[in-house]
Amino acid sequence: MSLLAARGASRIYRNGPAGRGGATALDQVSLDIAPGECVALLGRSGCGKSTLARLLAGLERPDAGEVRFAGRSLSTFGRADWRAFRCAVQLVFQDPVSAVNPRETVGQIIAEPLRHLRGLTGVAATGQIQALLRAVDLPADAMGRLPQQLSGGQLQRVCIARALAAQPQLLILDEAVSNLDLHLQIQMLDLFARLKRDRDVSYLFITHDLRLAERFCDRVLVMCDGRLVEETRVGGAFALTSPEGRALQDAILPAMPFRRARAG
Amino acid sequence: MTSSQSPRRLVIRNLGVETTRHGVAVTLVDDVSLDVRAGETLALVGASGCGKSLTCAASLDAAPPGVRRTTGSIAIDGVEQAPADIRGRLVATILQNPRSAFNPVRTMRQHAMEGPAARGAPAASREQRVRAAMADAGLEDVDRILDLHPFEMSGGMLQRMMIALALASGAPFLFADEPTTDLDLIVQRDILNLLLRLTRRQGLGVLLVTHDMGVVAALADRVAVMDAGRIIETARVMDIFNRPTHPVTRNLLDAHLSLYPGRSAA
Ligand SMILES: Nc1ncnc2c1ncn2[C@@H]1O[C@H](COP(=O)(O)OP(=O)(O)OP(=O)(O)O)[C@@H](O)[C@H]1O
Ligand SMILES: Nc1ncnc2c1ncn2[C@@H]1O[C@H](COP(=O)(O)OP(=O)(O)OP(=O)(O)O)[C@@H](O)[C@H]1O
Ligand SMILES: [Mg+2]
Ligand SMILES: [Mg+2]
Repeated sequence: MSLLAARGASRIYRNGPAGRGGATALDQVSLDIAPGECVALLGRSGCGKSTLARLLAGLERPDAGEVRFAGRSLSTFGRADWRAFRCAVQLVFQDPVSAVNPRETVGQIIAEPLRHLRGLTGVAATGQIQALLRAVDLPADAMGRLPQQLSGGQLQRVCIARALAAQPQLLILDEAVSNLDLHLQIQMLDLFARLKRDRDVSYLFITHDLRLAERFCDRVLVMCDGRLVEETRVGGAFALTSPEGRALQDAILPAMPFRRARAG
Repeated sequence: MTSSQSPRRLVIRNLGVETTRHGVAVTLVDDVSLDVRAGETLALVGASGCGKSLTCAASLDAAPPGVRRTTGSIAIDGVEQAPADIRGRLVATILQNPRSAFNPVRTMRQHAMEGPAARGAPAASREQRVRAAMADAGLEDVDRILDLHPFEMSGGMLQRMMIALALASGAPFLFADEPTTDLDLIVQRDILNLLLRLTRRQGLGVLLVTHDMGVVAALADRVAVMDAGRIIETARVMDIFNRPTHPVTRNLLDAHLSLYPGRSAA
């Protein structure tokens, strides 16, 4: 059974992209994510990936269609359901700076889901925070720092740690590793793979990097102008077949520099 | 910026940046010197937290609160400059987190008309310049986008807008901090080609911060590798890829090549 699903989900913004039948950012999207499955979502900038992520995380409601968690539509949820949902589905946002309160320390930021969603406080919480910081390769003394005292990649890792603090069943990663250097990206993917193996955690991995999708995901979805246009299974190397998928795959940068004309 | 007296060389010399942690001074950037030449791209690479963004910001006296520049100077064609004077005018910047670089309650049009891009130009030509730069940066729906607030735009749209504003300023140097991390591969390729054209044809000098060695391979002429606040190796891009000397550089390269099955490190 699918853990999280969209059924014909659409989203229309007042100032949304023109020329798609009004201002449709997301156009009747249906997808299923099974427990322990890792799904990559690819597509050009502005095609609707983050919009879909917000709908799936219950942060915005679809204007048509629905999002279902464990077989139930989010629109039927009561307070207790939402709490369980927040615990189960976590989203790591594309932009870490606007995803945190600038006046809270790293420790406070990570303590929040521990307290609200898992009822952990005091020493138990501190122990967890330290373990989470270690998992994302940040020093324990980062706990006392404010967001602006961290580098871009360090803050992104704080956001990953905060999402993991809820011990989610499904993690939506919206370009969540794209600000990290490659060693850290691979380290994060290994951590996610371990959680997937040990706890059947599922992932929706929104990325521009097909090389990482190939390494980490079971299935790839390609989105174009608010619609899903391709679904391909991944077993190591994969070839996308839709025109949009092909265009993305063809744009992978070469590994090595080539000789270029220098300025005169 | 194509005129004969356009500057040829920007040099950051002996930059030092520190902060105080638990009452103790901690060095974050340690004696960094970089040489950015007109018509070329110098890539600055290194692990997360090694000091790349602080180097860009502090050299222009735009470091975040809590850190201070302790040493260092910036010179253009051998003449030392007050960083605040050249920021935006001779050196355009693209920041790492596009969303936080924009004022949330202002539209793109307001940003275009009031930012450094606007300096000194009459309103009509300003808007023309920004429109042309937006098209160059791959933002096609210019009329709609000029009316949008940051929250109405995707991450990649904001990143392209920031690139457009930087280019529209006409500054001869550009500090670009992870300028393509939020972009899909197609737009990324277009932006890299655009920057390559601007360096080659118009003599733009670029300092490019990136963690993606594919981007380095595509655009950089020279590469400076940073580790824990220090520059540990600087070389031409071919040498960095084919004959890396420092272990940190070799590690970066091995990780990069591991993403390309069927290739092994040189
Ligand atoms: N609140 C909003 N108001 C108006 N338009 C919006 C809003 N949010 C998103 N949009 C529009 O919806 C479209 C899809 O945006 P979205 O952020 O989902 O794209 P994306 O695929 O995540 O792109 P990127 O890869 O650049 O992050 C864009 O055209 C954007 O301008
Ligand atoms: N305002 C600040 N106060 C104190 N320390 C800071 C501040 N800003 C950054 N630092 C620290 O300085 C070091 C260098 O930060 P910088 O932002 O330059 O890293 P970076 O190389 O750009 O990393 P990334 O690739 O993650 O963006 C980091 O360890 C960071 O925690
Ligand atoms: Mg997005
Ligand atoms: Mg940085």
